[in-house]
Amino acid sequence: MTASTTDPEKDAKGPMLAADGTPLKKSLSRALRVQKLRALALVAPLLIFVLVTFIAPIADMLFRSVENQIVSNTMPKTTRALGDWDGTDLPPDAVFEDAYYDLFVAAERKEHTRLGSRLNYEMTGASSLFRKSGRGLDDIGEVYQDQFKDLDKNWDEAEPWAEMMGSEDWLEKEAAWEKGERLPKFRLRDGVEEMLPRTADQYSAFASFTHNEDRKSLLKEEPWSAVHTALYQDLSTRDVSGYSGPHADMLKAAAALVASPEFETVDFKEGFGEIDKDWLKPAIWRTLKLYAPKYTSGYFLNSVDMKLTPEGIEKRPENERIYLTLFKRTLFMSLVITCSCILLGYPVAYILSNLPSRQANLLMILVLLPFWTSLLVRTSAWKIMLQQQGVINDVLVWIGLVADDNRLAMINNQTGTIIAMTHILLPFMILPMYSVMSTIPKTYVRAAKSLGATDWTTFWRVYFPQSVPGIGAGSILVFILAIGYYITPEIVGGTTGTFISNRIAYHISTSLNWGLAAALGAILLAVVLLLYWAYDRIVGIDNVKLG
Amino acid sequence: MKLTKTLLATTALTVAAGAVSAEDMANSMTIVSWGGAYQNSQVKAYSEPYAAMHPEVSISWDESSAEAVAKLRAMNEAGNITWDLVDVEAADSIRLCDEGLAMEVDVDEMLAPGEDGSSAEDDFGDSLISDCFIPQIVFSTTVGYRTDMVGDTPPSDICAIFDLETYPGKRSLNKRPPANMEWALLCDGVAKEDIYDVLATPEGQDRALAKLDTIKDQTIWWTAGADTPQLLADGEVVMGSTYNGRLFSAIAEQNQPIGMLWDAEMLDFDGWIIPEGLPEDRLARVLDFVKFATDTQRLADQAAYISYGPARASSAPLVGKHAELGIDMAPHMPTDPANATNVFVTQYSFWSDYRDDIDAKFQAWLAK
Repeated sequence: MTASTTDPEKDAKGPMLAADGTPLKKSLSRALRVQKLRALALVAPLLIFVLVTFIAPIADMLFRSVENQIVSNTMPKTTRALGDWDGTDLPPDAVFEDAYYDLFVAAERKEHTRLGSRLNYEMTGASSLFRKSGRGLDDIGEVYQDQFKDLDKNWDEAEPWAEMMGSEDWLEKEAAWEKGERLPKFRLRDGVEEMLPRTADQYSAFASFTHNEDRKSLLKEEPWSAVHTALYQDLSTRDVSGYSGPHADMLKAAAALVASPEFETVDFKEGFGEIDKDWLKPAIWRTLKLYAPKYTSGYFLNSVDMKLTPEGIEKRPENERIYLTLFKRTLFMSLVITCSCILLGYPVAYILSNLPSRQANLLMILVLLPFWTSLLVRTSAWKIMLQQQGVINDVLVWIGLVADDNRLAMINNQTGTIIAMTHILLPFMILPMYSVMSTIPKTYVRAAKSLGATDWTTFWRVYFPQSVPGIGAGSILVFILAIGYYITPEIVGGTTGTFISNRIAYHISTSLNWGLAAALGAILLAVVLLLYWAYDRIVGIDNVKLG
Repeated sequence: MKLTKTLLATTALTVAAGAVSAEDMANSMTIVSWGGAYQNSQVKAYSEPYAAMHPEVSISWDESSAEAVAKLRAMNEAGNITWDLVDVEAADSIRLCDEGLAMEVDVDEMLAPGEDGSSAEDDFGDSLISDCFIPQIVFSTTVGYRTDMVGDTPPSDICAIFDLETYPGKRSLNKRPPANMEWALLCDGVAKEDIYDVLATPEGQDRALAKLDTIKDQTIWWTAGADTPQLLADGEVVMGSTYNGRLFSAIAEQNQPIGMLWDAEMLDFDGWIIPEGLPEDRLARVLDFVKFATDTQRLADQAAYISYGPARASSAPLVGKHAELGIDMAPHMPTDPANATNVFVTQYSFWSDYRDDIDAKFQAWLAK
């Protein structure tokens, strides 16, 4: 279209019209849009499939590498209180109090062990600390629970508590509740929150747990000891003499007991110290403060052997630095495997493409046969071949190349991984090489020779440059496959021949440190993309041919 | 993730819905165990007779017990429990119980009373080490060696593992820390009664790893209990640790040139846990199975296939001869007085508390 027709209003003749009278431009773009939509509809099933089953799970998994809600969700009060702490020495007593209540509820929900495992990634010892504390916290509360119970056994009964804390309205509904129905939402009695704020808070937490997790009536379940602890705290600071609701006498008697000098109390800090002296060291509190935010760079730092500390980012201690070594080893071994695949695959591909098609087809089947065999079978076969009492060693001993008591260690180490993986990945090298080589016209070689070139010159100057795209394609394929390989190194690699992917698998399925696994995976993905980009810049991706 | 969860949940629902039988019991069950000779003994003693009584039930076995804790955590996170009954070591049962991943068990109500009339609780006695644990057997982790590769002086001391001079050659050890750490400290000169105190400190853990370091490049790390007998039979290792029943199978049933060391063997319990959160029909089936599989006779029957001691006191007198070989089983039990001269009783509570800590260190050390 020329410039004059692109702006129809200025055009004296008016816009160019289609057969039905609409402007041609409009009708054309509509037709194109329909075509585009149709094309999109055709690819939509695949697109949606890839999005749902591939991209979304990967994105979700990668997101875990920064997600860190577990700390603030499990210990909300403590993490909030630690925000004001300067990180030197020990946090104030109020933080211990918050930690007691947070941990108590977490332990009842059995969530404290998960938080312990999470913090253990950053500070070894955290897991056992939290597990022990989950069991030990009762000791603090039971001091109060027992004293109140001795005063009046109603303090250890479900109903008096419910009547004192709950609103009349709710009490009626709760009493009418029958198994299988929905439990009525707990409501506090008016004025209780002002009079006994901590107790109200703890009883509400207990109520929500009993209703939502246990699915039991509050009229049947006696409160846990954190509620008694809260009651003591309230009674020691608040005046309840004006209270006239249900069980007023009981409450006033308890207040009198708390005020009396015989009443035994436990300091939260001491209580924690008794459970484990690690609570009286700043380390665990610093870790909690450091990992309180909802998102963390901790996992990524961990994957490069670094560590977040209050003083900034630091290297991990020597004996914990393993990931950079593993990344380097993975890259190095993948490179070695790729090179040996080139060396072994090139002659095969060359012969394949230069043989008459009958022999070539037979040879091709030999190349493809292992390709069709189960990966596990091939790897296990290598195990039998390579082990110290295995076929290769037996033959070497029989020939006399190796002494019987000095057999070669070719498995459970790097050698094993390199040999087995080279074999397994070889078809991925041969096939693209072969398809490129079979397109190289034989006339070029003949022409070079007829012009007086030696065999070597013909190969090196004429044939080889034309086969480079095949090498490129094979190398990219083999290298990228090798870098993420898991099963073969796991079986034949021992401890020195394993890849970063084995570590990722370990964290996914054994240690369940999914955040770290995600971070390691993200880095691996980035490395592959970077290498791909570098390859594109140096060789050019257009030069890669698969056929 | 949401979507995955929904998908999984729907699948689980359809599967569960299709499985409800007239008696409100599911007809399929997935039992998780340790594979090899041990799982075989369970199939023979428990599930084959059970299947004969209930031909409608199909039981599938999974060999994932070594990763049971991790997998149950993952299943719990995904909200889809695919296992019905899991065989775990004592320490793992405490961990799973603490994490709310295993169901609490009312022993007297859910399990059969002893054949001698004692209540289930009395019959199991000390083996009830956590609220979720349904004990089966007493076993020990010990060391086997190739009799033809140790010369004229077969090892009699657990520290032979660390003695590369007298017993050169590869060893196979568990890829998980329990037993390895205790033996390392024991052979590093720590008194038996102090071992867990030392192992609770970071310095003690480093000390154990340093001791293991001395044999690290001569060690093949196993993940399945059947690995060591295989490696020994192949002559790949001169000695290796595994469970005593596996060694018994290799020695008595397969006549391999293997000897067994009864020194500082780690005595431990093994038993069932039922995952928390099973649908009612599946739970009903599992409870029915467990009640049958842990009664006095069944536990005694298992001992006819593998040399592990039954956890019930009332089963002990019923332990007889090997089902195929006809040899007396009692002298091969880890509880036999002749074998138990220097046992090392595993402290489950220690391992349930410290497993995460020590695992992290051990695995990092392995990867070095």
